[in-house]
Amino acid sequence: MRLTFPHMGNLHIPLKAMLQYLGADVVVPPPSSKKTLTLGVKYAPEFACMPFKLNLGNFIEARELGADTVVMAGGCGPCRFGYYAQIEHAILKDIGCDMQLIVLEPPEKHISEFILKVRQIAGTRSWWQVIQAIRFGYQKARAVDLLEIASFKARPRELVPGATELAYRQGLALIDGATSSVELKEANKKALRIISGVTQDHSRPVLKIGLIGEIYTLLEPFSNHNLERRLGSLGVEVDRSIYLSEWVNDHLFLGLIKGLRSKNEACAAAAPYLRHFVGGHGQETIGSAVNYARAGYDGVIQVFPFTCMPEIVAKSVLPGVGGDFGIPFLTLIMDEQSGEAGLLTRLEAFVDLLARRKGIEEVVNR
Amino acid sequence: MRIGIPRALLYYYYYPMWKVFFEELGAEVVLSSQSTKGILAQGLKYAVDEVCLPVKLSYGHVLELAEQVDFIFLPRLVSVEHRKYICPKFLGLPDMIRRLDKMAPLIDVNVNLYRKNVDLYKAVKKAGSCLTGNKLKIWKAYHRSIVALQKYFRLLQLGLIPEEALAVLENRVKNEPLPYPVELNIAVIGHPYNIYDSYISMNLIKRLRSMGAAVYTAEQVPEKIIKRYAARLPKKLFWTLGQRMLGAASHYLDRPDISGIVHVAAFGCGPDSMTGDLIERQARAMNAPFLNLTLDEHTGEAGVLTRIEAFLDMVRWKQAGVVGL
Repeated sequence: MRLTFPHMGNLHIPLKAMLQYLGADVVVPPPSSKKTLTLGVKYAPEFACMPFKLNLGNFIEARELGADTVVMAGGCGPCRFGYYAQIEHAILKDIGCDMQLIVLEPPEKHISEFILKVRQIAGTRSWWQVIQAIRFGYQKARAVDLLEIASFKARPRELVPGATELAYRQGLALIDGATSSVELKEANKKALRIISGVTQDHSRPVLKIGLIGEIYTLLEPFSNHNLERRLGSLGVEVDRSIYLSEWVNDHLFLGLIKGLRSKNEACAAAAPYLRHFVGGHGQETIGSAVNYARAGYDGVIQVFPFTCMPEIVAKSVLPGVGGDFGIPFLTLIMDEQSGEAGLLTRLEAFVDLLARRKGIEEVVNR
Repeated sequence: MRIGIPRALLYYYYYPMWKVFFEELGAEVVLSSQSTKGILAQGLKYAVDEVCLPVKLSYGHVLELAEQVDFIFLPRLVSVEHRKYICPKFLGLPDMIRRLDKMAPLIDVNVNLYRKNVDLYKAVKKAGSCLTGNKLKIWKAYHRSIVALQKYFRLLQLGLIPEEALAVLENRVKNEPLPYPVELNIAVIGHPYNIYDSYISMNLIKRLRSMGAAVYTAEQVPEKIIKRYAARLPKKLFWTLGQRMLGAASHYLDRPDISGIVHVAAFGCGPDSMTGDLIERQARAMNAPFLNLTLDEHTGEAGVLTRIEAFLDMVRWKQAGVVGL
């Protein structure tokens, strides 16, 4: 059994760590690329959202590398993600690419449901080892997220363009290479040191933008055309409404680990605008927009794949938040047709607008 | 008290119930007019570009009512069945509509049967309390409305389309022989608010009938059969309408007297991108004639007509045993 899984940003680092900790044979699919997307678009239903198409492409590419079993997350609606695995399986079968499927459905009542599914992968390993593996995976996810947050701060202030990116890549490689909790702690420290070693101009004025929207397009740089890096190089410090470790804690551990930002806060903040959950991260999107506005961010950017239902609802009510808090927002919709030049122009215009707006306000205050 | 009900979305399933309920409580029910180009244009103006055609149309219907009524009944239909949802857009619709200027107050009770069926009465009680404080009256109105709904569903299962079934319920029907000769049976599978709205579906059902096809829809299939076919799926579907469409399509594919399937989807419909694909895969595997019509505000009537004609020709040739089909 050679396991593979879909890409979603840095998800492969903790997931690979967890599976390898359990002694599984893991094939990480090649990073999502134009080729992945082309493969996905070719076989997926036309109106499936982009994450579906990229997932499918990942599986086909992983199979070329010898993978025969897919590990995937499931869901119980109303977002269509909950049915991804079954449709992808049907498509793979139809194109003669039959792969076995292990779907990790989120626990409905109790965390034990999730652990049971992991047992399926873990075989005869002891419960203790399974729990340790999940813990190790989570620690890696947290380490990767902390590194990413540090890179968001460093990028707009770097003196040598591209230095942060280099440091970030080095840091990721260190974390990826750690094989035990002890090594991971060391790697984590080292990675953060590398990032803080990037020479920065701390007096440079930067804009702050909150990125909100659908989880896949937020986390996967290929699907959002490296949005964070582009904004960083335009002199913008970003923060994301969703980080992998927070998502895992919220949805898989049901909030077991305290002290992390949770979705409940975001949902509470969304209440005046969107009073009910709408599937996916629709309500969190609105709540995070409110929270970013309160935290004094200069603007928010909503990102989601074309035809994403929860985010369309969020987009419909977002102007209410923008109006009440006076915070500018930009919506970027991603699919296989989105072009880089168009995106860059819109980002530059948006950043320009925010900079002028901030400049004027500073003048007024003086 | 005037209560407006938009002729859109799940009006096609629940209107008889809503109407009886509010009329029993002494309110006057105002229904928006039949969909027109003007109503859709209003919807297009106020809805965001990305929402699907039926939701844009519902904006138009709500806006038409906004200035005529005291309340607009726009329940938040989260779930109408145990462990199933409708669609995220239904979950957010009242919040999307509330933002509009000059909107009449909404009766936006949460209908959420995801956990327990009895939760329905909670919603009913809340909707009724907008009109009266008399709990007994609400209870009675609720039971009468359920009776009306059951009668309506029975009519749908007999093969009437909502327009005809409502005519029967309201005693507007004239006894006339069937106006069309039937030589083919075609299943039309799609969300009720797409296939039964004669404006956005380009009069699909009547057109098919006038071309000699008897139309079968998902609403005619009893729940039991739907569930039996849906149970064949590797995982339970979590969309009520999706399950209905998929179960009905599988059922019609199994029936030798049904000659072909027309699948109608709105452009960018999320659930349809999944269930439509499953249906198409099944039809292809069984070598059954299958036509996929995608509707949006740019759909041209001529194009749809040509495709229906071509599809029916193909079905007829296949029945006549033309080689190569």
